[in-house]
Amino acid sequence: MKQKFKKATGRVAYINARLLDPASDLDVAGGVLSDGESIADFGPHLVNADGLSDEVKVIDCKGACLAPGLIDMRVQLREPGEEHKGTLKSAGISATSGGITSMVCLPNTTPVTDDMSVVEFVARRARKLGLTKVYPYGAITQGLQGNEMAEMGMLAESGAVAFTDGIRALASPKVMRKALSYARNYNLLLVQHPEEPSLADGGHMNAGDLALRMGLTGIPSVAETIMVARDVRLAEDTNGRLHFAHISTAESIGIIRRAKERGVKISCDTAPPYFSLNELAVGDYRTFAKLSPPLRSEEDRQAIIEGLKDGTIDVIASDHAPEDEDSKRLPFAQAAFGGAGLETLLPITLELYHNKHLSLLQALKKITSEPADLLGLASGRLEKGAACDLVIFDPERGWKIDSDQLTSKSKNSPFDGRLTQGRCLRTVIDGRIVFEL
Amino acid sequence: MSTRDRELRFTHRHLLGIEGLYPFEITDILDRAEVYAAQNRKRAAVPALLEGRTVINLFFENSTRTSTSFERAAKRLGGDVITMNVQTSSIKKGETLIDTASTLNAMHPDVLVVRHGDSGAVKLLSQKMNCAVLNAGDGTHEHPTQALLDALTIRRRKGNITGLTVAICGDVLHSRVARSNIHLLSAMGARVRLVAPTTLLPSSMAVLGAEVFHDMREGLKDVDVVMMLRLQKERMEGTYLPSQREYFHFYGLDYDKLLSAKEDALIMHPGPMNRGVEIDSDVADDLERSAIQEQVEMGVAARMACLEVVTANFDAWRLENEQ
Repeated sequence: MKQKFKKATGRVAYINARLLDPASDLDVAGGVLSDGESIADFGPHLVNADGLSDEVKVIDCKGACLAPGLIDMRVQLREPGEEHKGTLKSAGISATSGGITSMVCLPNTTPVTDDMSVVEFVARRARKLGLTKVYPYGAITQGLQGNEMAEMGMLAESGAVAFTDGIRALASPKVMRKALSYARNYNLLLVQHPEEPSLADGGHMNAGDLALRMGLTGIPSVAETIMVARDVRLAEDTNGRLHFAHISTAESIGIIRRAKERGVKISCDTAPPYFSLNELAVGDYRTFAKLSPPLRSEEDRQAIIEGLKDGTIDVIASDHAPEDEDSKRLPFAQAAFGGAGLETLLPITLELYHNKHLSLLQALKKITSEPADLLGLASGRLEKGAACDLVIFDPERGWKIDSDQLTSKSKNSPFDGRLTQGRCLRTVIDGRIVFEL
Repeated sequence: MSTRDRELRFTHRHLLGIEGLYPFEITDILDRAEVYAAQNRKRAAVPALLEGRTVINLFFENSTRTSTSFERAAKRLGGDVITMNVQTSSIKKGETLIDTASTLNAMHPDVLVVRHGDSGAVKLLSQKMNCAVLNAGDGTHEHPTQALLDALTIRRRKGNITGLTVAICGDVLHSRVARSNIHLLSAMGARVRLVAPTTLLPSSMAVLGAEVFHDMREGLKDVDVVMMLRLQKERMEGTYLPSQREYFHFYGLDYDKLLSAKEDALIMHPGPMNRGVEIDSDVADDLERSAIQEQVEMGVAARMACLEVVTANFDAWRLENEQ
């Protein structure tokens, strides 16, 4: 495959913006000056084009927000292996239209990312596309089978940024303990999908009154909480670095909050559906709202918001899981889990700001500098000399999410029809404008 | 013999481990071994201190080099040696360790050399035997004669043990060689470093008095001696380590990693080696720096010294108790 784009050259000034840098709590009228692929300068003095030489191309942001490009730390790409559901290219287009400039993809492809060649394949393909930058997770266990450890040290050397068994929980406490310990050799972060498989097996939605009425087998919230509790102890015992993906229950938040107070090296994220929807969304057997973990109760949703407010939850990730029509237009029990989420990460996260749960900078932090710091990525903040990855967005612009209008190859959004506020206007990657509304 | 002389000797009836030995006891054995080493090299005659004595080699685990080394040592000193490999003998057929002890007692041995797969088994046997007992390796606990032969090799090459920095690298968790060496080297005033991935080296190993490293280059920085340990195949298939190639990449001893050690660092391995797993062939066969062959040679000398002292001590003990 040939490189599909030309590298950015010359200088571009993005002026007249509300300049936001969550990492340094910067929120001023200003602008950014790029030189080729990197940021040359930024600050309030760039609010207008005064003093810039004529060769600088000027882009007027017209008062819109200008922030570091978003980082999405949990995305399923279906390439290699299931290209009919999504490709690196379709995900790249979808992510750039959502303002995401870096994403981290799970290892559950075919073949599984438990081998250095897959890490290099994904990185090389994504680089040549020139869309959203892709960083791969490596597998914790060989073939994601949960038994023998994968070559985490060598995978990390070839570019895996962290390790996870993807949408599978690492169930064996013995293997988890060994893996946490082994990962410490190279200071690697492990990411767990916290769900006790024996309790989740055969379930399709949150266990509770609604599941009983609908006649569906439920997945109890304790499936999540016991694994969170177990892994907190294992992380404490091994002194390993552990991150919980898509936390969905109130009880998990409590356990994580107390563990953090004790100084255990853990972190966690949640996905937009878990603070913006509850189990009622699956009423009427809507398979697009069939997610893993399942949408929980209203009390859980409110606890997730509290967790985001007090910092117990560090990151918001889209948990993008493209599924084609054939996998979703099925009786509820037979339909696949998961929702497309790249394009809705920004507006749904901004709901936290509009609903006054978080400030604009606090909300952005969870999709920029927090995931960058956790994964050791250089992006996610404004820095002179760093790659010029930017998002320009209007936080107030209202729009209706329409699945059919999504650029994602698979259209399985749980937010179809939702009225929302905040839209990405332009996305810049390495100094190139890759999306314009 | 003056009181002082007696105090400076190794006076135990058995040699079950290095832990708890005083430096002078270790030095006593090493000094005697040094003499044997010189005589062995010259193929010179040695005093037949074990003439008319019976040494039983009882190996519950397969071993070639240790059992051969003990056999050679006992024969050099004129002793009668019976080597029993329990893997293939009738003792194994349901007999308890205590019953084995009674059986062997009936043969009136003077020294029993034992290797057993369970930690502490040699100690249990020693409590029931009417002879001296030498531990030739018990489980993942101790292998005292290996530590003594390693010390002898280091002393001959480096002149002294005190003040040296020694890195023990590899499967420390499952290694009796490592445990005995840690005790001996720290008793003799060397600084001991342990180097291995976290799964083979819990940080609590530091309680043994060694520094713990998980990065090979850091751990080898400026060391005088690099001791590699054998890695069992079954540990490399995902339970303790992801793979053989990942282990070699990060923890295998090659010239590149050896660069951080002192230029004249001594390379040791208790054998048998897994070439390309824990040690690169070039390094293992480096005539200048590798002491691996010499370790085997020193094994016989060290074991001769051990047989000499425990036989004498057992005689003294019997004399005292029979009076």
